Amino acid sequence: MKLTLKIWRQPSADIAGDFETHHVADAKPEMTILELLDRLNDSLVTQGREPVAFESVCREGICGTCGVTVNGRPHGPVPNTTTCQQHLRSFSDGATLRLEPFRSAAYPVVRDLIVDRSALDRIIEAGGYVSVDAGTAPDADTVQIPHQVAEAALDFAACIGCGACVAACPNGSGNLFTGAKLAHLSLLPHGQQERGRRARSMGAQAEAEFGPCSLFGECSKACPAGIPLTAIAAFNNEQRRARTAREPRG
Amino acid sequence: MTHYLLDDLRNIGSALDGGVPDGDPATAWDHRKASYRLVSPLNRRKFTVIVVGAGLAGAGCAAALGELGFNVECFIYHDSPRRAHSIAAQGGINSPRAKKVDNDSVLRFVKDTVEGGDFRSREADCFRLGQESIRVIDHMNAIGAPFAREYGGQLATRSFGGVQVSRTYYTRGQTGQQLELAATQALHRQIAKGTVRLHTRHEMLDLIVKDGVANGIVARDMVTGAIRPFTAHAVVLATGGYGNVYYKATLAKNSNATAAFRAHRRGAYFASPCFIQFHPTTLPINSPWQSKRMLMSESLRNDARVWVPMKKGDDRPPNDIADDERDYFLERRYPAFGNLVPRDVASRANALEIHDGRGVGTLHNGVYLDLRDAIARLGVPVINERYGNLLDMYHESTGEDPRQVPMRIGPGAHFSMGGLWTDFDSMSNVPGLFVGGEASWAYHGANRLGANSLLSACVDGWFTLPVTVPNYLESLLGTEPLSLDDPAVTATVNEVTAGVRHLLDIGGSKPANQFHSQLGDLLYGQCGVNRSADELADAIDRIQKLRKEFNDDLLVTGWGAELNQELEKAGRVSDFIDLAELMCIDALDRNESCGGHFRVEHQTPDGEAQRDDGNFCFVSVWQRPTQPGRYIRHHEPLGFTAVPLEQRDYKTK
Repeated sequence: MKLTLKIWRQPSADIAGDFETHHVADAKPEMTILELLDRLNDSLVTQGREPVAFESVCREGICGTCGVTVNGRPHGPVPNTTTCQQHLRSFSDGATLRLEPFRSAAYPVVRDLIVDRSALDRIIEAGGYVSVDAGTAPDADTVQIPHQVAEAALDFAACIGCGACVAACPNGSGNLFTGAKLAHLSLLPHGQQERGRRARSMGAQAEAEFGPCSLFGECSKACPAGIPLTAIAAFNNEQRRARTAREPRG
Repeated sequence: MTHYLLDDLRNIGSALDGGVPDGDPATAWDHRKASYRLVSPLNRRKFTVIVVGAGLAGAGCAAALGELGFNVECFIYHDSPRRAHSIAAQGGINSPRAKKVDNDSVLRFVKDTVEGGDFRSREADCFRLGQESIRVIDHMNAIGAPFAREYGGQLATRSFGGVQVSRTYYTRGQTGQQLELAATQALHRQIAKGTVRLHTRHEMLDLIVKDGVANGIVARDMVTGAIRPFTAHAVVLATGGYGNVYYKATLAKNSNATAAFRAHRRGAYFASPCFIQFHPTTLPINSPWQSKRMLMSESLRNDARVWVPMKKGDDRPPNDIADDERDYFLERRYPAFGNLVPRDVASRANALEIHDGRGVGTLHNGVYLDLRDAIARLGVPVINERYGNLLDMYHESTGEDPRQVPMRIGPGAHFSMGGLWTDFDSMSNVPGLFVGGEASWAYHGANRLGANSLLSACVDGWFTLPVTVPNYLESLLGTEPLSLDDPAVTATVNEVTAGVRHLLDIGGSKPANQFHSQLGDLLYGQCGVNRSADELADAIDRIQKLRKEFNDDLLVTGWGAELNQELEKAGRVSDFIDLAELMCIDALDRNESCGGHFRVEHQTPDGEAQRDDGNFCFVSVWQRPTQPGRYIRHHEPLGFTAVPLEQRDYKTK
């Protein structure tokens, strides 16, 4: 396959970026978009030119590190699939791919296609955990969790933290990410005691870092982990509950 | 000829003591813990511990030390701790909680683990692993891992290779993800509390050693390129395994050996470097630019059957090949364990079928892993609930739906059983340097059982290091971490800076990746599933030539004071080259077959690994020469009392 790549180049956060055009003549349909970049970088470096900086770790769609906006879509043309699992068979011979970083005010560009998504970790830091110290947990078999509840919790816990939801959202909202964590932890028996405090604290952090939610639903369409829009409902429900629940405020 | 070569490469050192208390290995951990010194709660904040890595071992250790009240400086080269490769583990985590009447017990777990590792691990380590696993499940469950549950609400289990009970706890095919997310959430809790400071995008490039004691690390800020020292009372390495030395492995692209290997260069011994696990169920190579071997979980072998066509070169679509034209070779060769033989056995059997011309796929480099019968028995919804995300992943990667056609799989480099040598306290021979998780050699011998890696990382992180590190710290009460102005610190920083400069200055014509890929092909061919003395001797020669070429012809673009991924790769590849040489020396030195180390000269009449317990019932522990010269091979003798030494047998029992 012959492909034309228009790739965003930006040396660092404080220097303006622009698109650069490259051609790859020996692309194959079974290659992934990241393997295409590997291939391009190999030839760039061999010519002594700066390779395109991009991030990827597991290349199995689970670590959430990779993420490139492809022709305007976070991760690429196949819905609910990470960039590392997007294959060139989605494109026709001679196609042009516009590759740029995830676009969001919350994600400053670090270099080329790499962005800073630490805002997501600050959401977790605000309360996305269960306060149980090592060694103090009760026997996991004495706390029974219905099959369906454990499965539902896992549906939300499956979030890979790639941040495509924020990049896909016209408002740059982080409510799908935040709501998935709130939903996951609200379904499990441990940490119920801090449920209200968690919702308030994570909700406030999401408001500080990201835009508001207008229920466009773009987040869920882009999400590689298939987090359903009900995570947004969970976000709102946890906020409502936190205002009215009778539990120690913190 | 090879013996002459071997003696040219290494000298024989002395016997090491792992520090396991005398007596019954089953109670060794309890005895050792009872003897540990403690740091009182009010004194803990006076100590600083550096933890490198935030996978299951690192995140667990950093969080647990933080919970106890120690100051922790945690370094990761990722942008977020959740990216660590523990996240990609699929199948599950073992624990002999013995809640069922399938006759499981801690002793049976130890027997399975020791035998699975072909008697090349420390028996007392395995008892600790089994014993602490009970509260690992309790803890991970409490901090947010939604383990699979039966309809009655109890924890569900499944089976893994090398085991005849059901002791693997899981969350669909994403157990590593859920454990890693739970652990990093606990880490974030400590970051919010201020006990742990997290340094993201920082790569450890050296260990600071003064008077033989570990005092800190030198790390490079991967965004600005700044190289800076960080000192502490103790250093914990939880930096993962080195399977990526094979280039196309199941590991994350960034996983590397640099932190561990640079500690090795500073004096830390490296144990059993040739013990590498080839995972039997990885996706075969389909294209020249394929960047890795994607893993298909071993758990699939609970329900999927492995087969090849009986006829060589049979290229018919698999569903057109009738049952009596298929060879379910694992079930045929190993009736007692069937498709659930341990990985080393399965990988060798797969490789044999492929080698004999019965491989499938366009390149004839795989075997089938077929869910057809399980789907007929259980239906697609049940199979989806057990493995849904794995099957989707396979579908995305290959364009083929494993619910319709069998998967194609083959052996790929996966887990490193070898690693930095540690004593029973998880401390290396360099006082103050602790090692946890896959970076250490502990627990798994010459072959790791499935679902024991998440376990060993959790046990080290949450329940071993948090008691062994304070035992070391206690004697340092009243001391400050080494001053950043200390000559030992300055010297180490200068050496790291010079090393980075060297890579940038070579100015050759070949990118680091190409050297890495060449090294990987070489190792797969000559230090892979099958090894021989001649091939290993030749490999050492070729690796030395490759190193020379690397030092003459490496091309790194850009500068040091910026985000420079070529520079990062070059540093890692330089360590991989030296590690590969050590692996081949170790493989040549270990003149026996055991577990995943299969020397073709040493096999039973039916093609199984033939150990030589008379000469090799020990762990090889390698000391690197500080000046150019020979490696020194020490050894830690292994004794077995609870699980008597015997030939492994997965055919009849």
